Amino acid sequence: MSDPLVKVEALTIGWDGAVLVKDATFEIERGSIFVILGGSGSGKSTLLRYLVGLDDPLAGTVTIDGLAPDQAVPARPLFGVMFQSGALIGSLTVAENVALPLQEWTDLPLDAIGAIVAAKLRLVGLERAEAQMPSELSGGMRKRAGIARAMALEPDLLFLDEPSSGLDPVSAVELDELILGLNAQLGMTFVVVTHDLESTFKIGQRCIMLDGESRSIIARGDPRVLRDTSEDPRVHSFFNRTSQGVTP
Amino acid sequence: MLPAFAIEHVRASAEQAEIRLHGRLKLADAAPLWTELRRMEATAARGHRLDFEMSGVRRIDGGAMALLAFLRAGLQRRGVTSEFVGADEQVQKIIHLYGGDVVVARLRRRRPIGTLDQLGRATLGLLAEVRLGLAFFGQMLISGVGLLRAPRSANWSELPSTMERSGADAVPIVVLINFLVGVAMAFQAAAQLKRFGANVLVADLIGISVCRELGPLMAAIVVSGRSGAAFAAELGVMQVNGEIDALRTMGFGPMRYLVVPRTLALLLVMPLLTLLADGAGVLGGLVVGVTSLDLTVRGYLNETARVVTLLDIATGLFKSVVFGLAIGLIACEQGLATTGGAEGVGRRTTSAVVFTLFILILADAVITIVFRVAGL
Repeated sequence: MSDPLVKVEALTIGWDGAVLVKDATFEIERGSIFVILGGSGSGKSTLLRYLVGLDDPLAGTVTIDGLAPDQAVPARPLFGVMFQSGALIGSLTVAENVALPLQEWTDLPLDAIGAIVAAKLRLVGLERAEAQMPSELSGGMRKRAGIARAMALEPDLLFLDEPSSGLDPVSAVELDELILGLNAQLGMTFVVVTHDLESTFKIGQRCIMLDGESRSIIARGDPRVLRDTSEDPRVHSFFNRTSQGVTP
Repeated sequence: MLPAFAIEHVRASAEQAEIRLHGRLKLADAAPLWTELRRMEATAARGHRLDFEMSGVRRIDGGAMALLAFLRAGLQRRGVTSEFVGADEQVQKIIHLYGGDVVVARLRRRRPIGTLDQLGRATLGLLAEVRLGLAFFGQMLISGVGLLRAPRSANWSELPSTMERSGADAVPIVVLINFLVGVAMAFQAAAQLKRFGANVLVADLIGISVCRELGPLMAAIVVSGRSGAAFAAELGVMQVNGEIDALRTMGFGPMRYLVVPRTLALLLVMPLLTLLADGAGVLGGLVVGVTSLDLTVRGYLNETARVVTLLDIATGLFKSVVFGLAIGLIACEQGLATTGGAEGVGRRTTSAVVFTLFILILADAVITIVFRVAGL
C-alpha cells in the first residue's frame, strides 16, 4: 500500500471484558473510499467509535496521519465524522450547526462563514433548510446536514456511519454520487460504515467485513471481487444476499 | 507561516478587470484571502466586468471555492458580469461542484413580519395552548369515567413506584423547607408581637398560616419542582422517541397508561406531604417560640391546638388535592405536547414548572377567597 492515511494495528475493542472485535489490522489509503461491512451487531459502528478516538481500545493502536485520533491538534481536527442519526445540535439551526466548527477553528468573519455554510448546504441539497431546526428535518435531511457539518473544515478524511440507511433510493444514489464527486474532485478519503451492498459496490474501492460470531475481520479487499470470488460461505452469503440455512 | 497563494487585481480598462489567483487556495488561508477579495470586488460597479482568472491556481479546496463562488454570485446580483476563467480541468470540476458556473438568480427580498402580525400570532398560539390544556383535562375526565367502568385498563403497576418517588422521596426536603419557613415566619412575627406583649400569639399565626396556606403551598412547590419536572421530561422524551406512538398502536391510550397513574399518585401523596409540612412548620415556630419568646413547649402546643381547628387542616388538605391534580395534569400535558428533540424536552419541562407554579398560586388565592367568602 503506497500511502496509508489510517493505520489500525492489532486492535481489540469491547467493554467489561467482552470483546467485540479482536486483533483487527488494516490500513486505509489516502484518497480512497474504504467501506466497513458486516451484519447487524457485528461491531461496525462500534469500530468507528474507536477509529475516531471516542473510546479507548482494549489493545492495539489507531493512527491517523501518524497521530492518535484523540491527540490534541493545534490547527484543526484531523477528520470529520457523520454519525448515524446526523447528531445535529438540537438547539441550533441547520446553518448554525454547519457553522459551528468554522467558528471554533477559523478566524473567518461571519459573512465568510455564512458563504461557506451556504455552499456546503447547497452541496448536500439542503440550501432551503438553512433556517430550519434539526427536529423539522427528515432522517435523510439530518444525515445530509451531518455530512455538511463534517466537511465544513475541509478535512482530508471523512467517517460516515450508515450514510444511506433510511434514505429513499433517489437520495441514496445522490449521496453516493456526492461521495464519489468529493473523492474524485477534492481527493477526500472516506471511511464508510454500511451494510448497503448496492452503495458498497458503487463507491467502495476497498473494504473489510466484520463477523459478529468470530468477532474478527473475515474478508478484505475490493468488494466486487469478494462478491464474485470469495469461497467463505459467510462472505458469499452476505455479498450475494443468500441465506445460510436459517428458515422461518 | 506565509499563505500558499498570491492574488492581484489587474485592470484592463475602467469597466473591466480581473482578479488573478495563484498557488494553493485552502480554507486554512481563507481569512487573508477573504479580506483581499472583499477589497477588490468592492471596486466593481454595475455594468462593469470582473472575472476570476484561475489559470495559476494549482489546487483549491471546497472552503476557498465556496468563498469565491459566493463573491461571484454577489457581483452578479449587483449587475457586475463575473466568471471564472482559465481554470484547468481539475479546478473547473471544483468550480462546477460549488456552483461557480451557474446563472445567479436575483434574490427576492422577504417581507418582514409586522408587530401586529407577531402579536396576532402570539395570541393565537396562547389560545391554542389553552384549548389544548382544556382538551387534555376533558380527556382526563373521560378516561377517569372509563376507568370506573373498567378499572383494570389502567397501568396500576406504576402507581406504587410513582408514589414512592413523588411522595416518600420528597419527605426530607418538604419537612426541611417547611421547618425553615416556620422558623423564619416566627422570627419575623416575634419581633412585632414582643412589642405588644403578645408573644403567645406567634403560635396562632404560625398554626393557622401554615395549615391553611404555607404547608400545602410549599409542599406543592417542592413536588412541582421534583415530580412535575420529572413527569414532563419523562413523557417528553417518550414522545420524541416515538414511544407514545408505539403505545398507541399497541392499544394503550397514553391517558390511562401514563397520565392517570402519575396524576393519581400525586393526588394520594399530596395530602400526606401536606400533613408532614404542617407539622414541620409548627415545629419551626415552636423552636423559635421556646428559644426566643420565653414560651414553654406545652404552652405553645396548647395555644396551637386551641386556635387551629379541624377546618383549617381540612382546608389545607383540600388545597393539596387541587394542587396535586394541577401538577399532574400540567406536567403530563406539557410532556405529551413535546416536539423537537432534546431542545423541545427542555422547553416543555421549563414550561411545565413555570406554568404549574403560576396555577398553584392562582388556585391558592381563589380557594382562599372562596372559603373566606363562604365563611369557612
